[in-house]
Amino acid sequence: MIGVELVKLVRRPRTWISLTLTCALPFVVAIFIAVTHLTPPPGQGSAFLSAVLQSGALYPAAALAMVLPVFLPIATAVVAGDSIAGEATTGTLRYLLVRPVGRTRLLVAKLISITSYVLLVVVAVTVTAYATGVLLLGPSRAGVVVHSVGPGSVPSSSVGAPTAGVSPGAGAVTSLSGTPLSLLQLAERTVGAIAFIAVSMLGVAAIALFLSTITSSALGAALGALAALVASEILVTLNAAAVIQPYLPTRYWLAWIDFFREPIFWRNIDRGFAIQAVYVVVFLGAAWANFATKDVTA
Amino acid sequence: MIITKALTKRYGAVEAVRAVDLDVREGDRYGLLGPNGSGKTTLVRMLLGLVYATSGEIEVMGRRMPRHAHEVLQQIGALIEQPAAYPHMSARANLALFDAAGPHGLAGRRSRRQRIDEVLEQVGLAGVGRRPVKAYSLGMRQRLGLAAALIRKPRLLILDEPGNGLDPRGIADLRELIIGLNETGVTVFLSSHLLAEVEQLCTRVGVLDSGRLVLQEDLAALCAPTGRILLDTPDADRVCAMLDGQVEQRDGQRLLIRHADPVELNSRLVGAGLRVQAIGPHRRTLEEIVLSVTGTGSDHIGGTSEPRERGGNTASERETQRDRG
Repeated sequence: MIGVELVKLVRRPRTWISLTLTCALPFVVAIFIAVTHLTPPPGQGSAFLSAVLQSGALYPAAALAMVLPVFLPIATAVVAGDSIAGEATTGTLRYLLVRPVGRTRLLVAKLISITSYVLLVVVAVTVTAYATGVLLLGPSRAGVVVHSVGPGSVPSSSVGAPTAGVSPGAGAVTSLSGTPLSLLQLAERTVGAIAFIAVSMLGVAAIALFLSTITSSALGAALGALAALVASEILVTLNAAAVIQPYLPTRYWLAWIDFFREPIFWRNIDRGFAIQAVYVVVFLGAAWANFATKDVTA
Repeated sequence: MIITKALTKRYGAVEAVRAVDLDVREGDRYGLLGPNGSGKTTLVRMLLGLVYATSGEIEVMGRRMPRHAHEVLQQIGALIEQPAAYPHMSARANLALFDAAGPHGLAGRRSRRQRIDEVLEQVGLAGVGRRPVKAYSLGMRQRLGLAAALIRKPRLLILDEPGNGLDPRGIADLRELIIGLNETGVTVFLSSHLLAEVEQLCTRVGVLDSGRLVLQEDLAALCAPTGRILLDTPDADRVCAMLDGQVEQRDGQRLLIRHADPVELNSRLVGAGLRVQAIGPHRRTLEEIVLSVTGTGSDHIGGTSEPRERGGNTASERETQRDRG
């Protein structure tokens, strides 16, 4: 069944279209920067973008920062939201179940397929960004110097937001400037960032998958999960909601930036992994409990 | 093959299936009849473990459902309401995927390809198996659904409204296919709201009305001679005079006579110099039988002449029919 889900993923045009679009954004940005040699000043724009002209090898991190806030969650929510509800709408769900495919088995296969998709997109973005970075922005030099990685996870602000009001955080970031990173270190840290982002997306996927077992509308499930993320983003920036902020799904989304500090700033990374693990376990458990006992009337 | 005891499904206050005792025997071609919204689909889904019963028991091939669904379903081929397939893939790719999804898919590419060829041939899609399903007509999709049901050589076929979307040619093909499979030992359970389809195809009939099984009998027994004779004669008046008291109904030249032996009656009439156009034993049609037990016609909302266990539940019955329809 797992193989079947992967075949369905691979043979679906949507997979490749969304993948291409997600990889295209950093590519287009790289072209503009290469042509104009203009980068946002440190602390503004997407994280890392201000540093990419020093080394194209830093561009994968900048590309991940670009696609993380919108592109990735949308793609993940659409794929995960469609997983059960989409099969219900086309009517194939009932035929899979009487094949028979156990309900738990089907859910596990869907989860593996979604995870593969998320990893595929994140790795594809990283690889294409590395290629475009090195080709368009200059070859990598040994000993990359990370000057500023932009607004990080320490201030409770999302990437791309104006940096006003996050001065303590910004200060913490710049204090790391000048520390050289070898290419090997950079590669290790990029792998760490990929893992962290993938796990964050699994949190989104778990919410969308749960909604997908409730409704038979794939669109409803995807939008529901996105609505939860938007609400979380709003609450994360709201000082009045400080009490619940540590538990919001998007609170530590940008903690992967801390992989690029010297030394690695583990506190928020650990918390990010932990909170996403909780979301994944809770929502997958709810999805399973609902799906395993539900009447399939679609 | 399929035995249910007091099988009941309630959706909130609405009883879609009420205390159904189904008895499908091995080798049957069983036709479940009932108007739209009578609970056929809910019943079929319960047999397949898609919908969980509120109360009652289901036994399929001697094993309890849905507890043993994993073993039982492997020997069942099913078509549930509309067929479904992944539209951007070909019929062949769809069949291969569905086969691979189940436990112990046909081992090896070659045997799978061979079996797909066989079933596509069986359902009459041999020439178009490589086209994407989104280009298929409704009838072709129905044939593909049948192919998917057949791919594992099931012992039991459960077909919910299999004639949907098929043209007369397709329905004839379907009938031939089902009878052929049944002759090789496959038990067939199908639901339909088309009396003619069931009458031509089935050996045993169940009738569902507002969720209740109001009739279950062999078709041969149902349509056995009624002990009356149907006589067509130009000398109807003289026949009536001669058989005074035995004529139950008269419609112009046609008489319904209470008498057991048509041959004996014929020779008596001819001996008396009466002319006979046609004579034969009277049989009830399936339609008459079904209408006599259900009381209301197909798609009739809110039947009033059906038998009732307790008074005052007409409103919920109306709701049943509307909701499940």
